[in-house]
Amino acid sequence: MPKRHDIQTILLIGSGPIVIGQACEFDYSGTQACKALREEGYRIVLINSNPATIMTDPELADRTYIEPITLDVVEEVIKRERPDALLPTMGGQTALNIAVELAARGTLAKHGVHLIGASAESIQKAENRESFKQAMMRIGLKTPDSIVIRGRVETPNVVDKIGGFPVIVRPSFTLGGTGGNIAYNREEFEAYAEWGLSTSPVGEILVERSIIGWKEFELEVMRDTKDNVVIVCPIENFDPMGIHTGDSITVAPAQTLTDKEYQLMRDASLMIMREIGVDTGGSNIQFAVNPMDGELVVIEMNPRVSRSSALASKATGFPIAKIAAKLAVGYTLDEIPNDITRVTKASFEPSIDYVVVKIPRFAFEKFPQADPVLTTQMKSVGEVMSIGRTFKEALQKAVRSLEVDRYGFEPHPSLAEGDPDEVVAQIRERLRRPDPERLWHVADGLRMGISVDEIYALTKIDRWFLNQMKDILAVEDQLARAKHPLPTPLLREAKQLGFSDHRIGELLKVSEETIRRLRNDEGVTAVFKRVDTCAAEFQALTPYLYSTYESECESRPEARQKVMILGGGPNRIGQGIEFDYCCVHAALALRDMGYETIMVNCNPETVSTDYDTSDRLYFEPLTEEDVLAIVDTERRAGTLLGVVVQFGGQTPLKLALPLERDGVPILGTSPDAIDRAEDRERFKTLLEKLGLKQPASGAARSVAEAVAVAASITYPVMVRPSYVLGGRAMEIIYDEKSLNAYVGQAIKASVQHPVLIDKYLEDAIEIDVDAISDGRRVVIGGIMEHIEEAGVHSGDSACSLPPYSLSPAILDEIRRQAVALALELRVVGLMNVQFAVRDGIVYVLEVNPRASRTVPFVSKAIGVPLAKLAMQVMMGRTLEQIGFTAERTPKHLSVKEAVFPFTKFPNIDVLLGPEMKSTGEVMGIADDFGAAFLKSQHGAGSFLPMQGRVFISVKDKDKAATVPLARRFLELGFTIEATRGTAAYLAERGLMVDTVNKVKEGRPHCVDHIKNGEIQLVINTVGDKVSQADSASIRRTALVQNVPYQTTMAGARATLMAIEAGLKRKLTVKPLQEYYAVGTKYSEERA
Amino acid sequence: MKPAVLALADGTVFKGTALGAPGETVGEVVFNTAMSGYQEILTDPSYRGQMVTMTYPHIGNYGITPEDVESSRPWLAGFIVKEACPYPSNWRSRLTLDEYLCQHGIVGIQGIDTRALTTHLRDHGSQQGVISHADLDPKRVVRKAREAPSILGRDLVKEVTCAKPYKWMESAGKWKVGAGGASPDGAHSRQMGAGGTNGRFKVVAYDFGIKYNILRRLVDEGFEVTVVPASTTADAAVALNPDGIFLSNGPGDPEGVPYAVEAVRTLLGKRPIFGICLGHQIIGLALGLQTYKLKFGHHGANHPVLDLETRKVEITSQNHNFAVRGGEVSGAGAKPAPWTTAHGRVQLTHVSLNDDAVEGLRCLDLPAYSVQYHPEASPGPHDASYLFHRFTDLMTKGKA
Repeated sequence: MPKRHDIQTILLIGSGPIVIGQACEFDYSGTQACKALREEGYRIVLINSNPATIMTDPELADRTYIEPITLDVVEEVIKRERPDALLPTMGGQTALNIAVELAARGTLAKHGVHLIGASAESIQKAENRESFKQAMMRIGLKTPDSIVIRGRVETPNVVDKIGGFPVIVRPSFTLGGTGGNIAYNREEFEAYAEWGLSTSPVGEILVERSIIGWKEFELEVMRDTKDNVVIVCPIENFDPMGIHTGDSITVAPAQTLTDKEYQLMRDASLMIMREIGVDTGGSNIQFAVNPMDGELVVIEMNPRVSRSSALASKATGFPIAKIAAKLAVGYTLDEIPNDITRVTKASFEPSIDYVVVKIPRFAFEKFPQADPVLTTQMKSVGEVMSIGRTFKEALQKAVRSLEVDRYGFEPHPSLAEGDPDEVVAQIRERLRRPDPERLWHVADGLRMGISVDEIYALTKIDRWFLNQMKDILAVEDQLARAKHPLPTPLLREAKQLGFSDHRIGELLKVSEETIRRLRNDEGVTAVFKRVDTCAAEFQALTPYLYSTYESECESRPEARQKVMILGGGPNRIGQGIEFDYCCVHAALALRDMGYETIMVNCNPETVSTDYDTSDRLYFEPLTEEDVLAIVDTERRAGTLLGVVVQFGGQTPLKLALPLERDGVPILGTSPDAIDRAEDRERFKTLLEKLGLKQPASGAARSVAEAVAVAASITYPVMVRPSYVLGGRAMEIIYDEKSLNAYVGQAIKASVQHPVLIDKYLEDAIEIDVDAISDGRRVVIGGIMEHIEEAGVHSGDSACSLPPYSLSPAILDEIRRQAVALALELRVVGLMNVQFAVRDGIVYVLEVNPRASRTVPFVSKAIGVPLAKLAMQVMMGRTLEQIGFTAERTPKHLSVKEAVFPFTKFPNIDVLLGPEMKSTGEVMGIADDFGAAFLKSQHGAGSFLPMQGRVFISVKDKDKAATVPLARRFLELGFTIEATRGTAAYLAERGLMVDTVNKVKEGRPHCVDHIKNGEIQLVINTVGDKVSQADSASIRRTALVQNVPYQTTMAGARATLMAIEAGLKRKLTVKPLQEYYAVGTKYSEERA
Repeated sequence: MKPAVLALADGTVFKGTALGAPGETVGEVVFNTAMSGYQEILTDPSYRGQMVTMTYPHIGNYGITPEDVESSRPWLAGFIVKEACPYPSNWRSRLTLDEYLCQHGIVGIQGIDTRALTTHLRDHGSQQGVISHADLDPKRVVRKAREAPSILGRDLVKEVTCAKPYKWMESAGKWKVGAGGASPDGAHSRQMGAGGTNGRFKVVAYDFGIKYNILRRLVDEGFEVTVVPASTTADAAVALNPDGIFLSNGPGDPEGVPYAVEAVRTLLGKRPIFGICLGHQIIGLALGLQTYKLKFGHHGANHPVLDLETRKVEITSQNHNFAVRGGEVSGAGAKPAPWTTAHGRVQLTHVSLNDDAVEGLRCLDLPAYSVQYHPEASPGPHDASYLFHRFTDLMTKGKA
C-alpha cells in the first residue's frame, strides 16, 4: 500500500531527559523517524525537552518544540500546529503514556488527531497488566500466575493465591521496571507493594509468581497494515529471569533454542501482535522458558520501539525505527527497500553470521549507599555492544568496550590471598547475589575449580554460556604458562577467542605494545567483516564493519580523503548523549565538506552508530588496540587526514597520546595542549603566565601535611584523591576534625596517592563558557550562569544562558580570560572553561580544550551548531570563512536543568555536591528567566506549586538569605512552616510562620506533613554530615512523594522567580524555528 | 585437533579441523543461512549429494534430539561449520553434533572462515568440493573436487526414496503449528481433514526424499497418508484409490527423474495434486514448463515470498538449487497473465521477493498447485502452513 495522503502534519513526541531505563536509544529512534517521515514529504512537529538530542536539531523537523513533555504543553502544541496524526511509539514510555492520556482526555478527538503506529486501545491492552494477561489467555498463551492490586494492599493472602514466596512486584505503566522488586518474605512484600503502588502512575501493581532462574528471551517484531509480520531478531539473555532485561547481558541471536522451540515462540509473537492489535510498527515481546522442560510463558510486550529494538537494529543492520515510521504512514514491508543490500526488501528476517553481546554499564560508584544487587528494577545507566564471529570473541570485546579498566577476565585480587577454601566460599557467596561484577565472579569460580553445574545452580546462567567462559579460561591458563614470544598458533587462537593484547601482555608479563609488535611480525592481524542482514547471501553495499581474526577482510577501504571520529563509548554519569551529539555533528560537517567519514563507537543506543550517520561505521571497542587496527586498515587506501578525539568525552581523549605516538594525526587542538590544561602543575604555570587567578591549592601526602595545607589556604576546602576522575570521592570540608577523618580514614593519603586540597569558594557563582577558536580568533559560544553555587558539580547544576545576575563588567572579564586561555593553548575547535565569581573576582576553575557537555544546550540556545563549526575549523577553515565571528546573545532565556536517578535507589540522599550524579538534562526556553526556569522544572518532572504551603529548614549561614524569600512567598499567598531554629529567626523578623517538629523532636513532624500532602514545596539546606544525616528523610520523602524541593538557597531563589512568573501568566510554547532563523548560514558554501 | 581441508573445484582451499566421521567426502558445496535447525537440515534428504555450509558460526549449541529428525538419518555428503559445540545445552539434547555425525559416518570440517566460503559461493556459484581428513595436499584434493560428477541430470532421488509403500501415522503433536496457543495463520477452529462422505481423505505421497514434517503436517490435516516410492507409476498410485496425490521434496535436478515427471503428467487432472520443492519442479516439467539451475540456490529460513493473489508476504523456509523458469515476472508487478500449457492455463502464484524466482504455481483448469518452498517449515517459520489447508479444500471440491 502506498503512503497515506490524508495526513500532512505528524506530531512526534520524544522521550525527554535521559534517565535510567530511557536513554539515548530514543534519540536514535526519534531521529530515524523524523528523517524517514520528512523524506516522505510530511511536515513534522516535534516535542522533546532534551536539548542534547539530534532529533531536536532545528533542521530535523519543521517545528521543534523544546518544551516540557506534559499534557498541557502537548495540547498547546496541538492547538498551535494542528497535526493530523500523532506518532507515539518513538519516544519510549514517556511518549506512549502521554498519548494514552491525551486520548483519554479527549484532546486527540477534539482536534482531529489520529494516533498512528499504535492505537490507544492496543497500548492499553499491552501496558495494562491485567488486560494483557487476559489477552494472552484468549489466544491460549501462558503468563506467570499473578494478581493485580489497585490502590492498597488489602488481602493479606495475595501471595498464597499464586503459590507463595518469592513473588515479583511489577508496577503498571512504569519505565525500566521502576518500583519492581522480588519479595522473599511478607515484610519485604508489604514494603515493595507499597513502593510499587506509589511508583505506578495509575496506582496499580501486578504480583506475579516468581519464575526466577528461567531462561529469558526477547523477540523484536514488525507488523504492517497488510498483516505481514517479521521477526527482526531473537535475543537470548545471559542472565536468567529475575534480572531486568536492561541490566542483563544479552546475546543475539538466541543460542540454545532448537528450531522447533524457536518457531513456537515465533508463532506466539505473531499471535500476540495480532491479538494486541499493533497494526504498524515494531514491538518487543519477552518470553521465559523453563530450563527443565521448555515450558513457555509470555512476560510482557512493549507496543513501541524500545531499548531492545535499538539493540536489535544495530545487531542486525535492520533499521527498526525508520521502518516502523514508514509502516505507520501506510507503507508495507515489501514496499520498503533494505538499505544494506539495496536489492532486497524489508519484508524478510535478518540472518546474522556473527554473535552480538550487550553488556550494561552501571554507576554504583556514584551511589555507594545503593544496593548493587541486580533485580527486576533496572539500575544500569548505559550499555555496550560488541560483535564477534563467536560468542567468546564478542564477549571479550564487550568486556573491554565497557571502559571499566578491564581488558579480560582479570581475577579478583582476593584470589591470590588467603585460604583457598575461604576464597571459594566467598566466590560462591558472590555468585548467589548477581551484581555488575558477575562475569568476573563466574570466571573466578571456574578458575578456582567450581564446576559448571554448581555455578549454574548458583546463578542459573545457562551452561552453554558457562562452558564458553570455561573455554576462554582454559586458553588464559595456557597463556599464563607460556613464555614470550608466544608461538604463533597459540597467539592466533587467543586472538580468535577475543583476548586483548593488553590481557595477553598481562598474562605474559610483557607490554601491550610487545604483543602488538609480535602480532604484526607474525601476521596475526584483525580482519573486518560486514554486518549485512543476510549472512553474506547478498552483497552488502553499506560498510558497517566489525573486527575478527579470520582469513578474509571485507573492509575495502576507499581511496578517499578520510577522517575518523572516535565516539564516546557507553553512557555513564558524566559522559552521555551530549558527546554522541557532538560526534554526529562532526560526521555531518565532514560529510558536507566532502570528506569520507569513519565512525568508531560501541554504544548501540546512539545516533552515531546508525549506519547512515557516517560513510563507514566500525562497531568496535574504543581501546588503543582496536582503534589502531582500524587505522592500519583504513590507511591501505586513500589518505587518513586525522582522527577526531575532542568530541567524544574522556574516552577518545585518553587515546590521543597513544595514537599520536603511533603517527596518527590528531585533528584540532594538540594533545599537548590538552595535557597542559589537565595536568595540575602545568595548568598552574599556564595561569600564572596569563596572570589569571585560581583558588589557592596544595597537595598532601599525609594527615599532617593536609592539616598544614588547609590551614594555609583557610577553610572551607575541597578535597579529593589524586587518582580518581570525575569528582569521585570529592568532599567539601569545613574544619580540621572532618579533614582528619577524610584524609586519615576515608582516603588514606600516602606518598603514592596524595590528596589534593583546593580552597572552596563558598557562595561563589559558577560560570561555564563554551567557546570556539580557529587558533587566531576566539568566539564565545555561550556564557552560562549556574543556579547552584560553585561546589555543586557543573553537570548537576541548573544554568541560565545568558546569565541572569552578573554585571556586564564581570561578563567582559570572563570573556577576556576565556579568549586569553584559548589563544595561549592554541585551541583549534571547542573549549570549555569553568569560572567562579566571588566578590567581583573571577577565578578559573578548570579548562577543557574539547567539546563539553553543554555544547548541545548552547547550540540550541543560540541557534548556532557549534560542534559542526568546530569540525570545520579543525579541518583548517577560519571562523571568518565560516562566517561566525561574533558572540550571539539571544534575547530569550534558556535554562538547563539536570535530572537525577534518585528515585531508582531507595535510601540515598538527594543532596548535590562535587560528585556528578545526574543522568540527563532538560531545557526550558522563554522570554524571561522565571518562565524559562519554570519550564525546566516541569521538563524535569518537578511541578512547582502556584499556591499552598512551603516548608523551610535551613542551616544558620542561610538564615539571613531566607528572610526576603519567605517574605515574598507570604506576599504571593503561600503559608510557611519551618523547623524551630528557622521559624524563630523568621518570626523575629516579623514573618508569619508556623513551627514544625524536626523528625527527632517527636511527632507529628515535618516528614509526616510531607507524607500527608500538606506541603507543596520543600526548601532545605544543610551543612555538615551530621545535619545531613538528620534531615535526609525530609528530602527523601519529598522525592518519593513528588513534592518539589530545593537544597540550595540559589535554587530556592530561582524557584521563587519561577513561581512568580507562573503566577503572572500562563506559559506559552514556541518552536526553535521562531526563536531564530534556521538555515545554512554556517554551511560549506561560505568557505 | 585433527587437521582437515575443504577444496573447491575452482581451486579454492580452506584449512580447518576435522569434524564428524574421519575420511574424505565429495559433493556440491552450498550454504544455508538458517540460524537454527541444523538437525533438520542434516536429515533433510534433499541435501543428498551436497555438502552444507552453515553460515551461523555456532552449530550444535542445543545438541541432537531424537524428535527433531526429518528422516531416518543424515543424507548430506558433508557438513561445514565455523564452530561445532562440544557441550550442548538443552533439556531435550541427547548427543553432541560431533557424536551424531560420527555415528552416521558423515565427514565434516570446522574452524574455517565460513563467511569467506559463503561469499565465494555467492560470487562464483555452488560447485563440487571435497572435504578430506585423510589427504591434506591441496593440489590433490582440488583435483578430486574437479573430477567429482556434476549434480546436473543425476538421479539422486533413487538413493533416498523408500523401498516400498508404507502408511504414516504420526502427527506433529506438541510441535504442531501454534502449539503454544491458537494457530498463527488464523485457522482457529477449523474442521481438519473431514473427508466428506468417506471419512478421512486418502493421500498418496510420492517419496522423492520426503521430510517427516510434511508427513506430520498431512496427518495434522486429518489425512490418511500412504507413502510410495518415487518410481511408482501413475496407474499404481491411482490403484490405491487416493483422494489426492502429494509430491514431495527431494534432492537434485528434476530432469534426473523423468519417470516421476511422466507419472505426474498422467496424474494431472485425474486427482488433486499438491507439490512441494522437487515435487513443484516435477509438476512444472509435467506441465511442459522448463527448469534451470540457480547460481547458488536458496537455502535458508528467512526467504520472503509474495503471494500474488493476496499480495501478502510470507517468510519461508527454502532449500532449492533448481527452479521453474518463469519468464518476465517481477515481484513488485501485478499478477501476471497465466501461461498456456498442454494442460490448460497455469497461474504463477508466488514469487521470491529476493530474486523474483518462481516460488509457486496453480493450474487453473485442473486441480493442482505447488510451491517451491517449504510450508512444512522444519526448520523455519510456519507462515505458509495454510497451504496444507488448501489441499483439503481442493480435495473437498474434487469430492463435491
